[in-house]
Amino acid sequence: MGDILGLIARRLGLGLVILFVISIIIFFMVELLPGDIAQAVLGQGATEDNLAALREQMGLNKPAIVRYLEWLGGAVTFDFGSSIVTGERVTGLIGERFMNTLFLAAYAAVIAVPFAIILGVIVALLRNSIFDRVANVLTLTSISSPEFFLGYILILFFAVKWGMFPAISSLSQGMSLGDLLYRTFLPALTLVLVVTAHMMRMTRAAIINLLASPYIEMARLKGAPPWKVIVKHALPNAWAPIINVVALNLAYLITGVVLVEVVFVYPGIGQALVDAVSKRDFPVVQACCLIFAATFILLNLAADVGAILTNPRLRHPK
Amino acid sequence: MVKSKDVLLEIEDLQIQGYSDEQWIDIIKGVDLTLHRGEVLGLIGESGAGKSTIGAAAMGYARDGTRISGGSIEFDGMELTTATEEEKRSLRGNRIAYVAQSAAASFNPAHKIIDQHTEAPLHYRLKKRLEAQEDAMELYEKLRLPNPEEIGFRYPHQVSGGQLQRAMTAMAMSCRPDLIIFDEPTTALDVTTQIEVLAAIRDIVDEYNTAAIYITHDLAVVAQMADTIKVLLKGEEVEEASTKEMLDNPQEDYTKSLWAVRSFKRPQKERPKNDVPLISVRNVDASYTGGEKVLDDVSFDVYEGMTVAVVGESGSGKSTTARVITGLLPPSKGEVLFKGEPFPPDYRNRSKDQLRQCQMIYQMADTALNPKVQISEIIGRPAAFYQGLRGSELKSRVDELLDLIELEPSKYYNRYPPELSGGQKQRIGIARALAADPTFIICDEVTSALDQLVAEGILRLLDRLQKELNLAYMFITHDLATVRSIADEVVVMQHGQVVEQGPKEEMFKPPHHPYTDLLLSSVPEMDPDWLTTLLEERGVDNVGEAASSDIDPDAGKVQGTKI
Repeated sequence: MGDILGLIARRLGLGLVILFVISIIIFFMVELLPGDIAQAVLGQGATEDNLAALREQMGLNKPAIVRYLEWLGGAVTFDFGSSIVTGERVTGLIGERFMNTLFLAAYAAVIAVPFAIILGVIVALLRNSIFDRVANVLTLTSISSPEFFLGYILILFFAVKWGMFPAISSLSQGMSLGDLLYRTFLPALTLVLVVTAHMMRMTRAAIINLLASPYIEMARLKGAPPWKVIVKHALPNAWAPIINVVALNLAYLITGVVLVEVVFVYPGIGQALVDAVSKRDFPVVQACCLIFAATFILLNLAADVGAILTNPRLRHPK
Repeated sequence: MVKSKDVLLEIEDLQIQGYSDEQWIDIIKGVDLTLHRGEVLGLIGESGAGKSTIGAAAMGYARDGTRISGGSIEFDGMELTTATEEEKRSLRGNRIAYVAQSAAASFNPAHKIIDQHTEAPLHYRLKKRLEAQEDAMELYEKLRLPNPEEIGFRYPHQVSGGQLQRAMTAMAMSCRPDLIIFDEPTTALDVTTQIEVLAAIRDIVDEYNTAAIYITHDLAVVAQMADTIKVLLKGEEVEEASTKEMLDNPQEDYTKSLWAVRSFKRPQKERPKNDVPLISVRNVDASYTGGEKVLDDVSFDVYEGMTVAVVGESGSGKSTTARVITGLLPPSKGEVLFKGEPFPPDYRNRSKDQLRQCQMIYQMADTALNPKVQISEIIGRPAAFYQGLRGSELKSRVDELLDLIELEPSKYYNRYPPELSGGQKQRIGIARALAADPTFIICDEVTSALDQLVAEGILRLLDRLQKELNLAYMFITHDLATVRSIADEVVVMQHGQVVEQGPKEEMFKPPHHPYTDLLLSSVPEMDPDWLTTLLEERGVDNVGEAASSDIDPDAGKVQGTKI
């Protein structure tokens, strides 16, 4: 077990290094954008004196490296400074929205991940049957349609024609969980449709890839029925690629949902990012980017660890 | 033991087709087979003869890409060619069991050995889990596995190959089947380990009066195991007879040729007097990054135009020695001399001329040749690199090399490796090594993946090339028959040490280092009583891994007394 802990510690360390490099890139890319922050805040009518005073107040006259270190120092304590548009603390501004995004992602993931894996196992079992082909065509269709289009289709049927679910996810404080789940059902369903195909196809491919292995033939020659061959003998050896694809899709659920949030007017972090970019609210943009990067790194780390834990050779060393 | 004479398995006019190049091709062309209860039938033939396919068909099983297209397979009154999938499945693992070639690949890496063992008895509701586990431990004990109470609770990768093969035999026994198909169960094992597995299989099959089909390409092995032998060639039966009769008096020419394969032997050469060795390995220690020492004070010489065979079990350091000589793995101590001059330890520091001297031929020609590169380029690249040949000069050099390895240049020049047979691919591997115009070639198990007749052809070719080009060979092998036929000198390695070395004739004569003795006595002979006699002499617990781990490499090194 010591080896595994060491391996995890090394991956974690590497993740931190990557995050550090990304923080540099994010900060200085924003720095490179044309225009002057003080000018952006005060508008075209500002006088030189006002601009200079604001720059002094915001610390813009300090060398970039100093400002970077100050920003990084704040970031590690989740203090990303203040919005230059509203003056609010960035953490307060995006904290709640990030929680909303996490909620929606979790909602979609809880449905999509088991659904995709079970479906993947079934199509692997019934490979080349009609069911396999139909499932393939349907999931391919859903993955190739843009998510906003899927969203509008769902709204058209479930909200407009049949009136089963609300088209707009208006959230308010103190809603019951049931209410919350009901109001966010359509965006969650859209996301499920978008991510299922990828995970299902990987599950199918990973399992079928193993079917030529001698130990699968051995299982068959021991008289194991087909479902047992797949579930008991192939699936336990197929986890590594499946976990990786699941992690990528979970990361997408958090960082890639901007369009879905816009379609359903869902108050998530994606919308906050879009707003901030259009208003040149740099501290918010930087904070969002850093959160997205951290999400990706964490989920990939989790996938690596998961793949290690499902490998018996690493779990039970000689 | 008197065996009852009821017919258990009756195969008549079996025809099996395989799908390749968009069409069905006959691979088994009307084979008959009768097996009685408790009888062991040996199926022998070269790869592609259809042995394994018939073995699988005896379970009513057609591998992916094959189909049973005709004939009948009757197992204990049930016709398998017309039985439903469910009916056939209910026999498998229960009344007919299978033991595969590579236990390491045929055990599922994700489950404990004992859980795989008990799968069939639990599935067929023959036993409760605990009963099945106790039965497994009993079988492990019968098959002389160490720690029978505990070994089943390990994962397959935690157990050695020979032990795993016995565990798989135990697994096949789990439902006490009427018939077991053994598909080359010892081919992947060292000779010393093979004995243990053979003895274990023979005992247990005898004890439960299980019928068996024993598939192998090794005649000496089948002679120990089978009551009757059936010889196959390209999907057709050549002949069938009782083991004794088959060995003493084979009828067909093909069978006779199989028996005669081990006859190739060339005269042993003596070392040239007062000459510097071509390659001299001096007191070499080596280890892989951060690992334990895998070579410990290895020293031996190879003289010009001579063949030194390096023998030992897997893991004894044979291939590592090759890596040190070629400069792929710089030694941690000691050095390699070429004609008395030190060879730079890292190949990156060797000059083109030094690199040219020392070439390699690999075991798996399949993986050693890039399948997407034309033969002309595979051979032409080293010729261009070392000799700077271009254009028509290069082409004539490639033609010359193809001529040397007895492949017609115009026919093979533009072909790709996958279009060639195993023996032809190995010839291309040889031509690639020759293209550099070397003086020394390391042959790493070059014949062990080939059938005996093909292997013999390769050995003859290497011998001819040695005479014509005055090459020196270092021949890494675990097959002592190969050593007998081609070596001038032998180096025996165990646990990274050289335990004995000397001229071949002396090496095959006692007294030996105990390990050499074990290796030599473990090579199956064509005598059907060989295994029985050996086990009586040595005792069942003094063969294989048990015996080899008892031997201290330092015990009575006979080195030096012979040279």
